[in-house]
Amino acid sequence: MASITFREIEGTSPRYWFLAGLIGLFAALGLGAAYYMEHHGHIVTGMNNSVVWGMPHVFAVFLIVAASGALNVASIASVFGKVMYKPLAPLSGLLAIALLGGGLTVLMLDLGRPDRLIVAMTYYNFKSVFAWNVALYTGFFTIVAVYLWTMMERRMNVYSKAAGMAAFVWRLILTTGTGSIFGFLVARDAYNSALLAPMFVILSFAYGLAIYLLVVIAAYTWSGRPLGDAVLNRLGRLLSVFVAAALYFAFVFHLTNLYFTKQHEVEKFILLNGGIYTTLFWLGQIIIGGIVPMLILFNPKLRAARGLLVAACLTIIIGGLSQMYVTIIGGQAFPLDIFPGWQARSAFFDGVVHQYTPSLPEIMLGVGGVAIALTIVIFGIKVLRFLPESLADSAVDPHAKA
Amino acid sequence: MNHPHQDQKNSSPAVDEHRRNFIGGSAALAGITLAPSVMVYGLAHSKPNDEPVTNKVRWGLLIDASKCAEGCTDCVTACFTENGIHLPSIPPKETDPQWIRKVELKDTRTARTQSLPVMCQHCEEPPCVDVCPTGASFKRADGIVLVDKHICIGCRYCVMACPYKARSFIHEALTDQNPDVPRGKGVVESCTLCVHRVDRGEQPACVEACSAAGHEAIIFGDLNDANSEIAKRVTTRASVQLRADLALNPGIRYEGF
Amino acid sequence: MMGWLASKRMGKWAASIFAVLCLSIGAYAASGAAEKPGPTIIIDKSRAGDRCVEDTAFMRKNHMKLLLHQRDETMHKGIRTEKYSLKNCINCHASTKDNSVIGSDEHFCQSCHTYAAVKLDCWECHATKLKSVASATPAPTASVGDEKK
Repeated sequence: MASITFREIEGTSPRYWFLAGLIGLFAALGLGAAYYMEHHGHIVTGMNNSVVWGMPHVFAVFLIVAASGALNVASIASVFGKVMYKPLAPLSGLLAIALLGGGLTVLMLDLGRPDRLIVAMTYYNFKSVFAWNVALYTGFFTIVAVYLWTMMERRMNVYSKAAGMAAFVWRLILTTGTGSIFGFLVARDAYNSALLAPMFVILSFAYGLAIYLLVVIAAYTWSGRPLGDAVLNRLGRLLSVFVAAALYFAFVFHLTNLYFTKQHEVEKFILLNGGIYTTLFWLGQIIIGGIVPMLILFNPKLRAARGLLVAACLTIIIGGLSQMYVTIIGGQAFPLDIFPGWQARSAFFDGVVHQYTPSLPEIMLGVGGVAIALTIVIFGIKVLRFLPESLADSAVDPHAKA
Repeated sequence: MNHPHQDQKNSSPAVDEHRRNFIGGSAALAGITLAPSVMVYGLAHSKPNDEPVTNKVRWGLLIDASKCAEGCTDCVTACFTENGIHLPSIPPKETDPQWIRKVELKDTRTARTQSLPVMCQHCEEPPCVDVCPTGASFKRADGIVLVDKHICIGCRYCVMACPYKARSFIHEALTDQNPDVPRGKGVVESCTLCVHRVDRGEQPACVEACSAAGHEAIIFGDLNDANSEIAKRVTTRASVQLRADLALNPGIRYEGF
Repeated sequence: MMGWLASKRMGKWAASIFAVLCLSIGAYAASGAAEKPGPTIIIDKSRAGDRCVEDTAFMRKNHMKLLLHQRDETMHKGIRTEKYSLKNCINCHASTKDNSVIGSDEHFCQSCHTYAAVKLDCWECHATKLKSVASATPAPTASVGDEKK
């Protein structure tokens, strides 16, 4: 294998600054929206006492899940020893940190009292899945940072495999924790399942890799560096397996619920008559996020066309956001059944589907999180050597038959 | 921290002292307008202000749905007035804070109707306390589940976890709070079982209002005290817990439905 | 590949950020020096009596510790002694004009906290007025959304 040279991108072109400005604008709008929400209270959002988690959480959880998946490429290189993925590994680590940073920023800024972040760090309830997640996030940042160090500092290279292993295990635990935030909610019919943890792990593989591919293609195309088809082909094929696995999990999850009579109502809500949630499930999560990318990615000819590969990644992201919307908001919109066998009615919306319409500030905060993640990436690749000068087939793997 | 051993050792003289203090105090304050039923309960349980609550008591409510009148919302009004909450808007908004609500039920098979109030069920194993990342959701030694708003960060995970829709998040800045009931924007709250009244030996506002309306559908008391009316009732008559399948052992029990 | 952290460009960035920080801190200190020498603390002896629950010097330095301690005792253990309670503070220190401890820089709590630039977090939730006064206004009809900052 030819030795790989990593170099910062030039980052001086008008295109770079335009991109940086655009991303910066959305990040600033997101922060402004958060300030607006904090100042007026959550009354300016669509969230309420029935649907307490809204659009910010859709984006935040998506980013956090994708963060863990973005580390895939590095894991394959270090843990499974695939030489071809080695040049791709540093960006994978950077993207993981960036996405987690963006997601957590959104989650934090949506708190009722974001000014009390220090409380979240100093008061700990060790039985809370949320508190476990705080520890898992902090650990993830630390471990991935160390992992990057072992990859990028030659004298530390010997520890790279060990650090990669630690990061790999940690990210599996992290996403198990994220899925369990919902899985451990015994009271709600739409959650309350151990399956959510492994399902989130699989979803993270798909979402993270889709974002990774988009970032690689964008970075190499816009910086004019060579990017060979061999790398993209391999990653595209891998992505197709992840998408199929995600569909499989969705299938098993709903099949189990359909078998349990007591879960029939909630399944009817998600799969048949839930309005926006049903539409987003079938059209967003299953067709756009599953079937369409699978059709592209399973076919070697189609996935070789770079435009179609980009399209597949984009549909996976759209599907991912739809899935989060259905899981998080659909799960809350379905009414709690406090009195089984009775039809309930009250001044507090017992027994009816809860309403939720996202407001502009919420959406801006969510999009702001994506922008913050991208800001970290474009700043990172400008100041540090994350990207190989060339990912041309010959540079990556001279023996590869693309 | 509670020191159970100390509590054990001091228990009987301390109780006598409470009673002496209270009897002495109540003689001096004889003019105070306490309802007779409050006095009875007060004699048994009022504690001095400087002593912590203990797990020897477990406060609870017993709600007799057969006595609860359809359409009557006196308990709701009393609660909201006592705790300085704005009455729900008309039509109600899902952002309104809600500590207690009247639920009208219809049996899906027989169409039989029933009416009853639902509030925080003060579980022995509260899911809201389990999930709270900072420990702001907590259960007091005497079984009352509260939110420590000083350390609540407003994440709303407890609202997600509560099986009874008992919790509310405050969506707007508030003014003119009741001095006994601090409430504010950006944190979660729920029924406190009128802890400020209970601590001074009174009953929760909903219980008082229900009895004032002549329904007597809610009784308040110590489930651990075998001689209390509530304990006698739950040991001699059938009562149910909401979502009993979750095994949370709520302090609020229902009968007559 | 050594030195990926300390590239020249990074150094320049860090230096300029540092320079901006230094300048702004200097400017802030200069502006502060021109302000008035201390807060205006108004205590009405007719309401407050001669002395606080502890010495004035002690209270100045430690009132927040007392309040924090009392807060946890009351919240978690139901201990409701009067001496260090927030209500007791208001009983003496509320302004005789409007019975409040905040509202202007002449109100007791706000005067010092504005001067010391320490954010007051108590009054977003706690009533700022004496109990008798607060309960005289029917709370449920009060308007929502009034910013008081």
